[in-house]
Amino acid sequence: MAFQLLLNFFIAVVWMFISVSFTASTFIVGFILGLIMLWIMQRFIPGRFYMSRVWAVIKLVVLFFKELFMANIQVLLLIIQPKMPIKPAIFALPTSLEKEWQITLLSSLITLTPGTLVLDVSEDSKTLYIHAINYEDSDDAINSIRDTFEKAILEVSRS
Amino acid sequence: MTILANILIVATIVFGVIFTLVTAVGLIRLPDIYTRTHAASKSATLGVMFILIGVFLHFWLIEGHLNSRILLGIIFLFITGPIGGHVIGRASYLSGVKLWDKSVVDELAPVVEERKKQFNKQ
Repeated sequence: MAFQLLLNFFIAVVWMFISVSFTASTFIVGFILGLIMLWIMQRFIPGRFYMSRVWAVIKLVVLFFKELFMANIQVLLLIIQPKMPIKPAIFALPTSLEKEWQITLLSSLITLTPGTLVLDVSEDSKTLYIHAINYEDSDDAINSIRDTFEKAILEVSRS
Repeated sequence: MTILANILIVATIVFGVIFTLVTAVGLIRLPDIYTRTHAASKSATLGVMFILIGVFLHFWLIEGHLNSRILLGIIFLFITGPIGGHVIGRASYLSGVKLWDKSVVDELAPVVEERKKQFNKQ
């Protein structure tokens, strides 16, 4: 990833030197040319083509904003009801993520999605303990959200 | 064009105000500290974020002044908001604040119990 990005910058700088014009637009043209070169030669460069990872990050961000907005509206509807039919609970959620930044990212995403709040991470960091505001009817939904988030994070970090 | 921009700005700021109001109502109405942390840490984040986006769009589209500090503020808010909620929840759980009595499941209690035992042994 870092190597490919560096190579791409290098190609862009070389392009600037070739065309003897040191402006931002020449740099961008060189960068796009370098991107095409890297894409053609991805078989010879170790690791995944780095643009696919950037694309995965963009997909994760879009997914996150969608979930954030939908779930906030759910909480709004829950709070303005006179009887407030909530059933709070703390449940364990086994996670297959291993690196620390992945777990931090996942718990931040889960916490920002209303209805769930990460209370604790177990010492072997295999389990997240989550406080859910409405356990009964949202267990499956939460699991599916978790699946989508976890899958998206794995997609970003796949080598 | 200005009308479109105005509609966008008004919509985002109204959304932000509504979510902030939901936060306040939630803080009053919800029963225990954990459910209140839900309201405080998330709807507030989203509400303030929408208001900041509205301010950014207003100064960008109407006044023609692009202020990158607002964007940085949004990002900082996003990073620190959930962590604040998590730390408040965790600290109150570990210091023994009780859950609401209508809570259904508590799978964290045995784990914390186990941890306390190990800590006392040492």
